[in-house]
Amino acid sequence: MLTCSEVLAELSNYLDNEVSAELRQGLEEHLKDCPNCWVLFDTTRKTIQIFRGTEPYPLPEGLHDKLQEALRKRMEQDPPGQN
Amino acid sequence: MIEPQSARILDDAELVHQAKEGSVEAFGELVNRHDRKIFRLTQHITRNREDAEDALQETFLKAYSRLSQFAENSQFYTWLVRIAVNESLMKLRKRKGDASVSLDDPMETEEGFVPREIGDWGNNPEQQYAQQELHEILDRAVHSLPAPFRTVFILRDMEQLSTEETAEALNLSVSAVKSRLLRARLQLREKLNRHFQRGKLSC
Repeated sequence: MLTCSEVLAELSNYLDNEVSAELRQGLEEHLKDCPNCWVLFDTTRKTIQIFRGTEPYPLPEGLHDKLQEALRKRMEQDPPGQN
Repeated sequence: MIEPQSARILDDAELVHQAKEGSVEAFGELVNRHDRKIFRLTQHITRNREDAEDALQETFLKAYSRLSQFAENSQFYTWLVRIAVNESLMKLRKRKGDASVSLDDPMETEEGFVPREIGDWGNNPEQQYAQQELHEILDRAVHSLPAPFRTVFILRDMEQLSTEETAEALNLSVSAVKSRLLRARLQLREKLNRHFQRGKLSC
């Protein structure tokens, strides 16, 4: 049986599906029997899901225009395909 | 103003190829496609709005100037991310007034590694907050991470680069990326715990 610290050390790899089949089995056995580790696993998984579910905001209008203007100037000075 | 191409949707590689051939529109489309994500990245690394805007602009200007050096056997977005990370770290160092901000700093302490509070969150704990409030909670949590952890987390879990792409973009080993990601995720879990937990379990 894996210890809690061994499970903790592999938590991220397990969530990313980057563990061997043997280790996966060991982790799953531990998680089934250890409520603390299970909650830790579940809340870490939810942490990742919450961040993955966020979409970047559109660029503020002023910033979008500023960026386009800076690029336009650069392209005028230095036309594409010439550098 | 550079408008996106309206014809069929080209992938990044095709657009890069056209931009190298001299197409202003193709480069403009690459910018439109990635500017929001790059801005999110520069905001989270610099933690300063003005620096983030400057880093965003520098990223695309450098990408434009260096496009001929971009080897087309790798992903354009990963290459862009690498430029954006470097630009953002430069801003961060300048703002802090020293060169101590480094991605090489291993920060191998136990702090933030051993969980202190474990509590069940229930399903969809984020739904108890309004969108704006949730964004603020998440931003604060990410910004509180040390730069080496923060950067890895942003690339892996927000930009959703693979472990290998993250290692390539940050010039780190795969094992360093994994170890930092674990610590970043555990620290974030801990920080979000106070907002999301439903009830405490006995340890």
